[in-house]
Amino acid sequence: MHIPDGFIDLKTAVSTAVVSAGGLAVAIYKVKSYFKAKVIALMGIISALIFALQMLNFTIPGGTSGHLLGGALAAIVLGPNAGAIVIAVVLIVQAFVFMDGGVVALGANIFNMAIVGVYGSYLIYWLIGKISKKRTIFLISVAVASWLSVVIASFFAALELGISGTYAMGITLKAMVGVHMIIGIGEVVITVAVIAFINKIRPDLILTRERSL
Amino acid sequence: MIDRRDYTFILVGIIAALVIAMFVSVFASSFPDGLEKAAENLGFINKAEQIVPESIFLIPDYVFGAVENELWQTSLAGMSGVLIILAVFGVVYLIYKAAGKKK
Repeated sequence: MHIPDGFIDLKTAVSTAVVSAGGLAVAIYKVKSYFKAKVIALMGIISALIFALQMLNFTIPGGTSGHLLGGALAAIVLGPNAGAIVIAVVLIVQAFVFMDGGVVALGANIFNMAIVGVYGSYLIYWLIGKISKKRTIFLISVAVASWLSVVIASFFAALELGISGTYAMGITLKAMVGVHMIIGIGEVVITVAVIAFINKIRPDLILTRERSL
Repeated sequence: MIDRRDYTFILVGIIAALVIAMFVSVFASSFPDGLEKAAENLGFINKAEQIVPESIFLIPDYVFGAVENELWQTSLAGMSGVLIILAVFGVVYLIYKAAGKKK
């Protein structure tokens, strides 16, 4: 759901860019507390992996496709602060190298996918994790968090389109959230598969399992 | 710090990212994504504007222009993306190490 240039007006682009910049500044400041060589390496791997997985558009009914956003994946493996940075790096590279997502709209895309998608999904994951630390509950929390990260991000994208006057708010919200409720299923499948795999081979690398970050 | 098992994981991760970006990506669906589809259905898709000229982008639309073959265009675009992102974090790592030495 990378918003291209022209879909949102300047005031929406600027205000989301300001909020995103502030959010990322806080993320960078907070990430310092557990910044070490291993975490940087892990961030690089997850970032590269999410970029690769974002290229894999899967078909959903109705001649539409979706792809992973990776917000929940990054948040759960790395914690929300490092996760937000990782998704922002992917979006910045996509916008400036691959013309994927607008340059003026970059702030909005970072806001939707790297801020709302990451911190929102982490909150859900953290709340469900309070119930129990069992593997089943863990995987359920991953599934719920990843599905919601896509749906919430699409909600905010539609909100920005509506505020910009691109199209009627109500209809845009319904169309965007509706289609992303289906695309979110793909997000769940991929996120649960990747996290279950890492949890099996190197559970210690799912940094949020040990302590909340 | 980083032990042998970590290096294995890093290597596996990089290979996985490269394989997905280079060889699985060519099977990706080319249907419009959720946002594009909504924009088409509601009729605002043509509001999309090219504010920054396309010629500025290194690999516009995941098409690696230096080769003719469409499959390789996607593969090499994917490979470049993975390497660029790894390079970004490589630079972060170098800065981190340089900052650590000063202390």
